[in-house]
Amino acid sequence: MTSPLTPVLTETWDADRSWSLDTYRASGGYDALEKALGQDPGDLVQLVKDSGLRGRGGAGFPTGLKWGFLPPDDGGPRYLVVNADESEPGTCKDIPLMMASPHLLVEGVAITSFAIGCNHAFIYVRGEVLHVYRRLLRAVEEAYAAGLLGKDVLGKGYDLDVTVHAGAGAYICGEETALLDSLEGRRGQPRLKPPFPAVAGLYARPTVVNNVESIASVPSIVRHGADWFKGMGTERSAGYGIFSLSGHVKTPGQYEAPLGITLRELIDMAGGMREGHQLKFWTPGGSSTPLFTDEHLDVPLDYESVGAAGSMLGTRALQIFDETTCVVRAVTRWTEFYAHESCGKCTPCREGTFWLRAVLQRVEAGQGTQEDLDVLLDVCDNILGRAFCALGDGATSPITSSIQYFRAEYEAHITGGACPFDHSKSALFDYTPREPKALTGAGAH
Amino acid sequence: MTVTTQGKSGAADKGSQGSDEAKTPARADEVTFTIDGVETSVPKGTLVIRAAEEIGVEIPRFCDHPLLEPAGACRQCLVEVSMPDREGNLRPMPKPQASCTLTASPGMVVKTQLTSAVADKAQHGVMELLLINHPLDCPVCDKGGECPLQNQAMSHGRPTSRLVDAKRTFAKPLAVSTQILLDRERCILCQRCTRFSLEIAGDPFIDLQKRGASQQIGRFDESVLDFEEPVDPERGADVPVGAALADESGSTFASYFSGNTVQICPVGALTSAAYRFRSRPFDLISTPAVAEHDSCGSAIRVDHRRGVVLRRLAGDDPAVNEEWITDKDRFAFAWQSAADRLSTPLVRERSVAADGTVTRGALRPASWVEALELAAEGLAAAKERGGVAVLPGGRLTVEDAYAYAKFARVALGTNDVDHRARVHSDEESAFLAHLVAGSGIGVTFADLEAAPAALLVGLEAEEEAGVTFLRLRKAAEKRGLKVFSVAPFATRGLERMSGTLLPAAPGTEAEWLDGIADGETQDPQSVALAGEALGQPGAVILVGERLAGVPGAYSAVLRLAERTGARVAWIPRRAGERAGVELGTLPTLLPGGRPVADDAARAEVAGSWGVAALPDAPGRSADDIVDALAVGQLAGAVVGGVELSDLPDPAHARRALAQAEFLVSLEVRESEVTGFADVVLPVAPPTEKSGAYWNWEGRVRPFGQALESSAMADHRVLDALADTLGAPLGLGSLDQVRAEVEGFAAWTGARAAAPAVDPVEPPAVEPGTAVLASWRLLLDAGRGQDGEPFLAGTAKRPVARVSTVTAAACQVSDGDLLTVRSDRGAVTLPVAVTEMVDHVVWLPLRSPGSAVHESLGAGPGDTVRVAAAGADVASPPVSGSDEGSLR
Repeated sequence: MTSPLTPVLTETWDADRSWSLDTYRASGGYDALEKALGQDPGDLVQLVKDSGLRGRGGAGFPTGLKWGFLPPDDGGPRYLVVNADESEPGTCKDIPLMMASPHLLVEGVAITSFAIGCNHAFIYVRGEVLHVYRRLLRAVEEAYAAGLLGKDVLGKGYDLDVTVHAGAGAYICGEETALLDSLEGRRGQPRLKPPFPAVAGLYARPTVVNNVESIASVPSIVRHGADWFKGMGTERSAGYGIFSLSGHVKTPGQYEAPLGITLRELIDMAGGMREGHQLKFWTPGGSSTPLFTDEHLDVPLDYESVGAAGSMLGTRALQIFDETTCVVRAVTRWTEFYAHESCGKCTPCREGTFWLRAVLQRVEAGQGTQEDLDVLLDVCDNILGRAFCALGDGATSPITSSIQYFRAEYEAHITGGACPFDHSKSALFDYTPREPKALTGAGAH
Repeated sequence: MTVTTQGKSGAADKGSQGSDEAKTPARADEVTFTIDGVETSVPKGTLVIRAAEEIGVEIPRFCDHPLLEPAGACRQCLVEVSMPDREGNLRPMPKPQASCTLTASPGMVVKTQLTSAVADKAQHGVMELLLINHPLDCPVCDKGGECPLQNQAMSHGRPTSRLVDAKRTFAKPLAVSTQILLDRERCILCQRCTRFSLEIAGDPFIDLQKRGASQQIGRFDESVLDFEEPVDPERGADVPVGAALADESGSTFASYFSGNTVQICPVGALTSAAYRFRSRPFDLISTPAVAEHDSCGSAIRVDHRRGVVLRRLAGDDPAVNEEWITDKDRFAFAWQSAADRLSTPLVRERSVAADGTVTRGALRPASWVEALELAAEGLAAAKERGGVAVLPGGRLTVEDAYAYAKFARVALGTNDVDHRARVHSDEESAFLAHLVAGSGIGVTFADLEAAPAALLVGLEAEEEAGVTFLRLRKAAEKRGLKVFSVAPFATRGLERMSGTLLPAAPGTEAEWLDGIADGETQDPQSVALAGEALGQPGAVILVGERLAGVPGAYSAVLRLAERTGARVAWIPRRAGERAGVELGTLPTLLPGGRPVADDAARAEVAGSWGVAALPDAPGRSADDIVDALAVGQLAGAVVGGVELSDLPDPAHARRALAQAEFLVSLEVRESEVTGFADVVLPVAPPTEKSGAYWNWEGRVRPFGQALESSAMADHRVLDALADTLGAPLGLGSLDQVRAEVEGFAAWTGARAAAPAVDPVEPPAVEPGTAVLASWRLLLDAGRGQDGEPFLAGTAKRPVARVSTVTAAACQVSDGDLLTVRSDRGAVTLPVAVTEMVDHVVWLPLRSPGSAVHESLGAGPGDTVRVAAAGADVASPPVSGSDEGSLR
């Protein structure tokens, strides 16, 4: 049986010292840059447009089209900013990529910068992953030393500086305008749009903001051509992507496959579910995407099919939960995350996540009421589409979808006065359940 | 003369355009779209929320403020929007849109809560979310009863809360300064206050910190953000007297405009210490009024309850102060009802010895009849024995200034009248007669906003005309106004306008102005830039009253204006200065800018006053009046609201008043003049009378009486006094005064000639001396701020500013005490080493511990001795005199 895997980004991950420049070059690294520098930048933009590459950060916006939004060159600077602030619960693709193959990103940055006429690119890395930050710094340093960055790249008369910037640990800085504010040294909160970053982004100059995986896909497209890329995936969701499987599967990890693969195939490759257990629910693209259940095992994981099935492809962060998992508990943890990470700028997200967390903690502890479920759904309705940015929308997804599929489980918490699950059974390690946190003031009036 | 009593004007015409032309096709710069089924045309770039207001649809909102940049933070103003696509088919937008950030576009269809269930649900949802963490302490909250959150919760909220969980709480309140308090749990994080301080005032002092539900407005915290340690609060300049939190730069917060944040806070999160817990809004009676503390004529609202003024708010006047006022205009009103208010006339006991010597006794209360009779008798006698002069002071309303001007000429038969209780000069009189008097509305606030360049000379706008500074800063920030200032150092105000300093030692202003006019001076380059900028159409030169202390400077201003074509605006400090110029409380001017020296002008005025002739002898200026009183050339004086400490030589003025044979004082409160007066006639403070201020633009700013009172305005008292003197003025009522003032046709005769005074070579600076630079700070030892300790805590700490070179010469460094000395006395203040002109020392003119005129008998431009405190032991120590001695 031929494996459905298509290792392109992950091709060299198992090589000895895969992160070093030598290893990368040994497998043809930076050939694409040399090829690109000999081409017209406009042709490169067209090539990426033709390839059908869509943003790998979650929203799936066509990458080439985004580059094409930049206004004509006015002689001033324009910037490429790579969004490497990967912090969505369950999402784990950019960080291993930058750990294992930082030069792939650097090469992608160089080609993209050349294509869009940028002489200074920024990589905004999540600050907590210090080891990745170090790898990137080292890779950029190596690239400078090898003449792959800096003045007169590869002797082709093109100058490019790359700055690696470590964020300070805020989920909101993955939102592109908040990222830009943070990069400028301001408080990371989303900006009013318009103007969009393509017109007035970093330092109010035309800016392209792309995800790590999108940029890292560019060298292979330059090397092999648009048709090669389109040959993988589906018609409208072309190419390959990293699928991160975590949770109750035998072999969690990153599986690079064409878009359109199904969870059933992926779980097979991961050795199946945990022994003796069945799939209960899963996230197709991180915790911000509505939950799926075992009915969705055969939904093709491309942008269109997942959307049609009521969720989003997102970042292809597949968190797999078996029947031992309490969905109320899982959703409460995610909601705690969103309440903690809400930037506070707008009312619906700031106050809404605070309220959702309070209600869910109470329901999880068995102190909820039937009315609480209506409140949860109504508060979600008042956040979804009303918040300033997508963070608020994302916070509602696990709640509404879990009540949709597992309402009875919520009600069991309420009528039973406690969580009916034994949490030690869902743990993959020795686990002694703690008493639920004291719920100060809950139900006091 | 025609007095245009304009209240709201100018900007009001902007709004009326759209509605009148609803039927006519939209102009090219307009967009036509639909709100709730009503088609409307608005100028391009108009926000949907603003367009809705125009057609009478009020969309609830919190973060939106018409004078601040849109934030889109509160999400209260969500509406349902459809947009036409390329083919013109209407496509609904998937999410409700915030109407405060959405610009109207052609063909857009907006449905507000009135016509859209989605918008209504969205607004109800946001309202409920805003309330879940908001305390239900409305019954004890200052904002309760006038609270946008409370009001909109009533109109757009649920009757009961669904939240059963614990609310977020904070320790309360946080004292941002002695005046501004912050209750964080009430805050709905709309960011109006932070946007105001960043965008309008330019003194960011609070910002958002933390995130999610823990997000809060807070002080700058260097420990969190890993910034440098804050400046030692005991050192540095622009540091408040009272306790205050640190601002964004790490310095202690000092703002003259922080009270505006209290007013625009849509909840009760920001409160002022002065008003906190004092009153309920529904018990207050509001009167629109005009602020009395500077010459800007800011619209205010006076709120009183049972005869006591409890607070003042900014009025909304787009043409003048927009919606902002200074903290002084907002908080300094207690002086009007201070314990030393005069409530009844006072007369001085006299005993006449056999040889005719008069011994003055103590003051005793008297009836109005007795006091007026004694006053008339004394004035008539003094008039015979050398004459009586009038010093009305610079805080007069239009009506009172007119009455003083007429009283002097008709009842006392003299031109010896001068309202300038400050450094002044004959050159200034000539400048005012030539350029200002009778010139109507000249440069306006709107002109400042549209100007390409502004040169400030003798004027520190933030300290001396607060809202003028705000308008200049707005123009600099939004329209690229280039500000130049001829001053010894770049103040924080100038820096916040991104202004350019033309570093001038006091006394050299005329030289600098001529240098700019010449256009040849290239050193420094800023001089050439200023000359070039002032040549652009619309450029303005803003002149402060302090130029009177620099011989030749006013003349140089006129030369510069002529050379560059820039327009000139004279911006004095006090509210009544312009009225005095317009209505003739100057020795050389009659009402309407008519020169005293002009026979036809005198005849015109005499005719309209129904008197045979007006005195033609040239009048004495205030300095000359004081001199003449001191040597007995003048026998008496009528003194209005004059603080002797404000005069260039207070000690000399005291001697002069003591010498006067007969002195009548018209005052609101007991003052130093009371101690010299033979008859004291109490007059009404601004809240107890109607009147109008004539602001620096030339705009007349009428205001109504806020409090019922038996106190009489100056013009009524003068009218009664003139009646008793047998020279009736016919100015007993406000209507009479206004009818007379408006009855003057514009002066069509020749204007007074421009002054042509040559600059004086500044004195050489010997070692151990420096040239004195000085001006008044907004918050200082002035009596108008009495009774308001919270405000006083936000005043800047008095410091002596010297350059590094001067500091080194005196062997002092930052924070050391420096003594500035004259033959008269000394002022000792901590040093703030400043990047400024060498061999110059700057002191606040009349702040606590720094009464320059009083202690030094000197003024700006004079040479003073400077030394580290204690170093100059040879001179006798001077103490006591440099206190704010009037307290």
